[in-house]
Amino acid sequence: MEIQLFTISVFTENQVSLLHQISMVFSRRCLNIESLSVSACSIPGVHKFTITCKSSREMMEHVVKQIEKRVDVLKAFLHTDDEIVFQEVALYKVPTESVLKSSEIEDIVRKSGARVLEIQPEYTVFEKTGHTVEVKDLFDRLKPLGLRQFVRSGRIAVTKAPIELVDEFLQKQEIRKQLQNGKEDF
Amino acid sequence: MSNKISGSEILIRALIDQGTDIVFGYPGGQIMPVYDRLYDFTDRLHHYLARHEQGAIHAAEGFARATGKTGVVIATSGPGAMNLITGLNDALMDSTPIVAITGQVQSSLLGKDAFQESDVVSTTLPVTKWAIQVRRPEDVAPAVARAFYIANSGRPGPVVIDLAKDAQSGMAEYIYHPCTFIRSYDPDPVVPEEIIDKAVELLDKAERPLILSGHGVTIAKAEESLIALAEKGDIPVGCTMLGLSSIPTDHPLNKGMLGMHGNLGPNINTNKADVILAVGMRFDDRVTGDTSKYAPNAKIIHIDIDSSEFDKVIKSDLHIHGNAATVLGKLAAKVKKNSRKNWNDSFERHKKVEDERVKDREINPSTPDGKMLMGEVINKVSQAFNNDAILVTDVGQNQMFSVRYFGFTKPRSVISSGGLGTMGFGLPASIGAKIGVPERNVVLFIGDGGFQMTIEELGMIMEYNVGVKIVLLNNNFLGNVRQWQHLFFNSRYSATPMVNPDFKTLASAYGIAARDVTHRDELEDAIKEMVSTDKAFLLNVNIDETDMVFPMTPGGHGVDEILLNATEYYKPV
Repeated sequence: MEIQLFTISVFTENQVSLLHQISMVFSRRCLNIESLSVSACSIPGVHKFTITCKSSREMMEHVVKQIEKRVDVLKAFLHTDDEIVFQEVALYKVPTESVLKSSEIEDIVRKSGARVLEIQPEYTVFEKTGHTVEVKDLFDRLKPLGLRQFVRSGRIAVTKAPIELVDEFLQKQEIRKQLQNGKEDF
Repeated sequence: MSNKISGSEILIRALIDQGTDIVFGYPGGQIMPVYDRLYDFTDRLHHYLARHEQGAIHAAEGFARATGKTGVVIATSGPGAMNLITGLNDALMDSTPIVAITGQVQSSLLGKDAFQESDVVSTTLPVTKWAIQVRRPEDVAPAVARAFYIANSGRPGPVVIDLAKDAQSGMAEYIYHPCTFIRSYDPDPVVPEEIIDKAVELLDKAERPLILSGHGVTIAKAEESLIALAEKGDIPVGCTMLGLSSIPTDHPLNKGMLGMHGNLGPNINTNKADVILAVGMRFDDRVTGDTSKYAPNAKIIHIDIDSSEFDKVIKSDLHIHGNAATVLGKLAAKVKKNSRKNWNDSFERHKKVEDERVKDREINPSTPDGKMLMGEVINKVSQAFNNDAILVTDVGQNQMFSVRYFGFTKPRSVISSGGLGTMGFGLPASIGAKIGVPERNVVLFIGDGGFQMTIEELGMIMEYNVGVKIVLLNNNFLGNVRQWQHLFFNSRYSATPMVNPDFKTLASAYGIAARDVTHRDELEDAIKEMVSTDKAFLLNVNIDETDMVFPMTPGGHGVDEILLNATEYYKPV
């Protein structure tokens, strides 16, 4: 069974315990989450989790179904890299002294397309957005030149589909609500 | 201002407005405001005091399984809530609607390791369908409405409402609307007609179709549609353990039980069938055996209300996401009337072998010392109740023999811990079932091991005069583990012999009539005595410990690789 990196997008109600409900689907199967990014999405009241995980497609399809089964989860989607546009952001802190000592850091930063976020007498912070390998490449280059701190975000991603996939789902639910004359009292 | 009542009273009024009249529970410090209000509502909300929270929740499960209503259990914080975990997991595995209400320390103390504080929501999330903590009295009624809606719709399951003390004591107005819609949750998906038509086409074309009827048929009250479909298409039915009472035992199309200790016919013919219609079942490993050898000749149609079950264990050729009653009703209306005599007859020769080689020696044995076999006892008790009692089992050999040799004529008649296999489930579940359906006979078969796991619930029987019939199949062994030790661990009986108390004396301490049956000669008379009373009765039956459940598909084997006894595999001719 082929192991590859998958990206899972999960849209949920904005409520306590959702992270636990999602993570337990992974931990139950001893699956390691590679990266995780959570924030409010463009729809008011809806949160989006973007999770990456290395596993087989079969396993990931089960995981997505079991995440979606949780009552407060609206919809979950499974993506491979070719189906999404994705990005990470990373911050790099180096001593300002090292930057000034030679043009080496400046050259590396220019070529990598990173930008300067803050310059202080003691330290300078660069920001780099890109894919994991690009972020890692800049890290590898700056490390021997006195990198003091490094942090990177989880992956964020949008699909290549023309619409937000969860919109379609929400529209269907609105129709269902009207058909059932449903009362949601919470 | 004057319209305001306490969160505790809101809880009780909401339970009543939701149609609850029976709750099981156990009080404690952090749930005292609720119990205090309960004191004023005892005419409308009957509280049954268990002797342990695990007993309370298993009783609520038995109540829910027997009635189809939501079982309600109340426990205090900390240890009270933690003692519910086994029951919650059991209810999740067996799709049993439960609303569990737990007390919680006041919200200002949360996260500070207060006395009897447990992180109930986090702990119960993996074993529940939904769990919520309520901290404000105005949130109590909506939480109850949502809890009942979730627990008993779609695929039913347990939910937890963790009620902080301030939510119980604080005041709010009481406004109650039952919940009927949650946008993230669709419990009754619409089934497109074209999918029904595809299934009908597969069934009509099939020469050797087989219906696998699971617990979902009972939950959806789809028994009539199931039988209508089977009869119209002349399609044989195999039942999972929890689906057993979905079709009467003596119905000519009921070919028996599937799985590890099921009947030869449906197991062998699973691998002969060309179309399998699996409904409300989830291809548990106890049903399929080795999945790579399962149903190699069949197109599989899988009907389930839970879409995460599709392709989880067995890949289906067509899945139908919907309510079993709706889907089976549509299929029954659309399939062609058919006759499949040869296919149905093909089950008979397997049945004949099983009757001669397995069943007969089990129900008509002749052990020289008079010790009895479980099968003969179960068969006789079932007949004494005209095969129309509710069967409750514990877990182990008592369970496997019970579901093999007990007869069913009415739906919703088998209550057993299927998915989780919880020893100690049986006694409290039988009490809950009898409380839920007092007009029916409730018979519990239980082993000496499982009996002692929740034996404290004899107290409930005593206090509430619950007329359950307890048949203790007592072999002074943990029989099922012993069987596996005998077959697969070189007969090394590690930690399975039991030194037991005098159960008859124990029962008499609780005022429960009891009788020891040491020899076969006394059995029929003892059963008569048990049947003749409306009150609870304990039959302590002296069982031969060497008896083993057969047929048996050992773990890792295909569904048609079946042991007839300890050494001989079945070879169909």
